[in-house]
Amino acid sequence: MPGGKLLVNRPALRTKDLLLSQSVISIEGLNKTYDSGFVALDHVDLEVPPGEIFALLGPNGAGKTTLINIVCGIVNPTSGTVKAGGFDVIRQFRAARERIGLVPQELTVEPFAKVWSTVKFSRGLFGKAKNDQHIERVLKDLSLWDKRDSLTKELSGGMKRRVMIAKALAHEPEILFLDEPTAGVDVELRRSMWNVVRRLREHGVTIVLTTHYLEEAEMMADRIGVIQEGRIALVERKTALMEKLGVKRLTLKLAGPMGQIPESLAPHELALTDDRLGLIYTYNAATGDSGIKQLFRDLTAADVAFTDVDTKQSSLEEIFVDLIGSQKEDA
Amino acid sequence: MNFHAIRTIYLAEMQRTLRTLGQSVVSPVISTSLYFVVFGSAIGSRITEVQGVSYGAFIVPGLIMLSLMTQSISNASFAIYFPKFIGTMYELLSAPVSFVEIVGAYVGAAATKSAVLGLIILATSTLFVPLHIAHPFWMIAFLLLTAITFSLFGFIIGIWADNFEKLTVVPLLIVTPLTFLGGTFYSIDMLPPFWQKVTLLDPVVYLVSGFRWSFYDKADVSVGLSLLMVGVFLAICIAIVAWIFKTGYRLKS
Repeated sequence: MPGGKLLVNRPALRTKDLLLSQSVISIEGLNKTYDSGFVALDHVDLEVPPGEIFALLGPNGAGKTTLINIVCGIVNPTSGTVKAGGFDVIRQFRAARERIGLVPQELTVEPFAKVWSTVKFSRGLFGKAKNDQHIERVLKDLSLWDKRDSLTKELSGGMKRRVMIAKALAHEPEILFLDEPTAGVDVELRRSMWNVVRRLREHGVTIVLTTHYLEEAEMMADRIGVIQEGRIALVERKTALMEKLGVKRLTLKLAGPMGQIPESLAPHELALTDDRLGLIYTYNAATGDSGIKQLFRDLTAADVAFTDVDTKQSSLEEIFVDLIGSQKEDA
Repeated sequence: MNFHAIRTIYLAEMQRTLRTLGQSVVSPVISTSLYFVVFGSAIGSRITEVQGVSYGAFIVPGLIMLSLMTQSISNASFAIYFPKFIGTMYELLSAPVSFVEIVGAYVGAAATKSAVLGLIILATSTLFVPLHIAHPFWMIAFLLLTAITFSLFGFIIGIWADNFEKLTVVPLLIVTPLTFLGGTFYSIDMLPPFWQKVTLLDPVVYLVSGFRWSFYDKADVSVGLSLLMVGVFLAICIAIVAWIFKTGYRLKS
């Protein structure tokens, strides 16, 4: 996928602009209860500043897609207000929707349309005048130019996903919703899509993505929101979240197999690896005293010999699993 | 008003017709031609005149109406059902278009297609029978009003249907029988008195009668009543469509 080209004709936002500008997505007290009685969203408040990549994480049925669909006008909210680009998505739906592009979760493209015509259709549908140069640029950036005269039904799943992104970008949106954009997409295409998303952000597009691939959120997002059972459980900057909730794991490679952990090391709550050749110590790096100094003193006192030391920060996936688990326990 | 969107949807629908030209145009023209052969020539040779018009010529307005109604319903119902079926409805719902614009574009395209088809069938019929149109303006007016009304009706069916069976059940089980009972191939005064009264409950009678009047200046029911009935049916369809979009019925949860 070629890099450096512009998917959206908009000057890049500077950091100062970002700081001074208001939220591009503003959600207040949003509730959604379906006719069946299922509460999909429960008093959701969320602000997303312009130019941010915001990752919305949560288990299946947590309310991610409902939230996106309400902002985009596909689902009616039960109560609450939602603004996109400063415009109410219901009362000022035209102004709000003009600014939004959506790539839904399911692979849904008109099968009998050609790539060029379906992308052009999207631009017209969103009220934009014909601009073949822009369509060409989008198709080239998404490596679809060679397929412009192909019927979408002839394309692979990954290509169809790109067509859906191209359709969402056809009207040069300021906000792009990507609902599970890389589901079922191979690693190579996933990485090339990440590059596209990064380039969009560089040109001022605000991106909200939901994903099950925590690696994706970890790689891309500026901030992360976790939604569970219709409620926003937390919203944090990714780095802060990982620092705050992320535990580090220190692994000592032992000189020889250990039968049992000495009693004197019990306060450190160590664990033996399966092959009994490693000792694992977990600690929170954000709490100030990691306890490592005392651990090494006690290891020396217990005459435990080790040949190597390795530390690892917990991944976003581990944080997410811990967070969801602890909230279930609290409930 | 989002004219770009209306134009885009309208042109996309018209292009779909061109992609399926055989199904959209050629098939109804062949079917209608066969009706002329069977009813106009085979049966018509035994029925000399109806209301002072040769039988072959008498059935022309009815045949055009038959195609007009079935094609309007089919075009509009499929046009709006297809995005629901393949899942691309999200794009329409998330676009900055009002429901009036959506209906205008889809119904406009469906009505255009069926009206053009009606005119093609009219032209085809001149190959079989000599034609005379007494009131060309009213002929076009009835043609367009019927095309728009039944396209709206088809749009409602397309929204209501959640499977292909439902999409075809109303046209097959309700519209087609009503069309055949509505005086397409006969004048209702040829029926026994009881059935003459029953057929007056059939809205198609008024459409066919009015349309036939525009050709031959002869009608089963008064022209004013025909226009009124078309207007009432149109108003009912508009009211249902307005309700659908107000409530988001079968479109938004």
